[in-house]
Amino acid sequence: MTLTLKDQLDLTAIRKQFHVLDQSVNGNPLIYFDNAATTQKPLAVISEISRYYTEDNANIHRGIHTLAERATAAYENTRKSIAQFINANESEEIIFTKGTTDSINLVAHSLGGSLLKPGDEVLISCMEHHSNIVPWQLICEKTKAVLKIIPINDQGELIFEEFLNLLSDRTKIVSMVHISNTLGTINPVKEVIAAAHKWGAKVLIDGAQATPHNKIDVKSLNCDFYAFSGHKMYGPTGVGVLYGKRSLLEAIPPYQGGGEMIKEVSFTQTTYNEIPFKFEAGTPNIAGVTGLNKAIEFVQSIGLDQISHHENKLLLRATTQLSEIEGFQPMGTASEKASVISFNVEGVHPFDLGVLLDAKGIAIRTGHHCTQPLMDRFIVEGTARASFAIYNTFEEVDQFVSVLSSLIKKLR
Amino acid sequence: MSIKVRQEEIIEEFGLLDGDLEMSINYLIELGDQLAPFPVNNKIDDFIVKGCQSKVWLFAQEEDQRVIFHADSNTVVTKGLVSLLVRVLSGHRAEEILNEDIYFPDKIGMGRFIGSQRSNGFSAMIKQMKLYALAINIKDKK
Repeated sequence: MTLTLKDQLDLTAIRKQFHVLDQSVNGNPLIYFDNAATTQKPLAVISEISRYYTEDNANIHRGIHTLAERATAAYENTRKSIAQFINANESEEIIFTKGTTDSINLVAHSLGGSLLKPGDEVLISCMEHHSNIVPWQLICEKTKAVLKIIPINDQGELIFEEFLNLLSDRTKIVSMVHISNTLGTINPVKEVIAAAHKWGAKVLIDGAQATPHNKIDVKSLNCDFYAFSGHKMYGPTGVGVLYGKRSLLEAIPPYQGGGEMIKEVSFTQTTYNEIPFKFEAGTPNIAGVTGLNKAIEFVQSIGLDQISHHENKLLLRATTQLSEIEGFQPMGTASEKASVISFNVEGVHPFDLGVLLDAKGIAIRTGHHCTQPLMDRFIVEGTARASFAIYNTFEEVDQFVSVLSSLIKKLR
Repeated sequence: MSIKVRQEEIIEEFGLLDGDLEMSINYLIELGDQLAPFPVNNKIDDFIVKGCQSKVWLFAQEEDQRVIFHADSNTVVTKGLVSLLVRVLSGHRAEEILNEDIYFPDKIGMGRFIGSQRSNGFSAMIKQMKLYALAINIKDKK
């Protein structure tokens, strides 16, 4: 597939790779706008998982037989692909995890647990997903460190001045979302990282929503850690990535103990394996990892520039049309924004919209989107959220807005 | 009309909708509209049923040895759901409410058309109504 950055994206060809989209839900053609929760998987990913179990299934690494070699190669090739995908220095800096949540917990436990002392501070923003709040609350409680929150403005943007004011020599860790799953805000993480580093703080970026939409270059960002999930970027569920700088990964203790992560074990002393294996205790999700490789190939075959170009057009069209609806209240109007629209409609509960849209075959998400403190910031119980992916069409956006408008009339 | 008869009535009504999701939800919304107004003073946190994405207020009072339920919700779909329970259980003796099996949700395929999360919320409503009945029953026996 050869595509340039123009409006001639072959959506028909792309959609053919997603059989799940070709179905009726409740008597209507499915419109899937819940991509920020999870994307659908192209045939190549599904086929690879099936192929792996059909042809190569074996436990990886120490096996000396052919299947173990093949499985290990498939697994380790993905590590190399991911290192290239996010421009890491080396594949050893790529740790496979269960997902973004698991990656953040690893950093909170291993870095936070070894670094934080009473009175030290961890900074997160007001727009974090619960998975980038609770692990820090847990480790702060354990170490007596203090969790501080960087405020945001009414557009849903980080107040950078406030962030700078919060930084001090007590700041040991900054953990921030790259793209907000609720607001769509794209945070200026490069500037955040540079500012935090001036104070000697380590920085983790939650890239769960960023990797499907934007080119990530961890070297250029100079982040210490970068976490993301496979399933939000057309890959399988249950597999995620933690990128970490070699020096840090070598310095911090393991997260979990078990097979694979050790060098020598005795009842008196255990020594740990080298990175990345030090952080990969137990048999990993091998099929998921090999599937993730195909997801990366899929993304690269289209190109992240092309993907974000298309999604931005969907976002613009949807935002323009939704703004025409009386009482439309968008939440998150940042100048730098990814393809997520969170909104409320005056006089209508988002839950009702979600239920009735589902009856029309349209899948959106309603509720607090695992960002309850953000809901408190905007003084709302929840929102309706539509989020777009490469396979979504303008016709789907038009249909969504049309159905939504008629439902609102009925509900008012 | 007994709890059982009221359940059979609901089963019959939803049977006419032939499992159509949109029609079932629209019907639920209509039923919710018919729910008696909820006393404004009772819209307090103490009467909120936990476990729902939406808010449900529910309280009971005893009149002539019958339990009268009052309910409301901030979403029209959930208001329809709780209205079904009020219709089935309100106006009966506490002991009857405690002893009767609530089987109509399964019979009308509610899990299929309201989803598992809303089913959990619905179960929480039933549990709360039975707890009200239990409290009234204990009070009556003293």
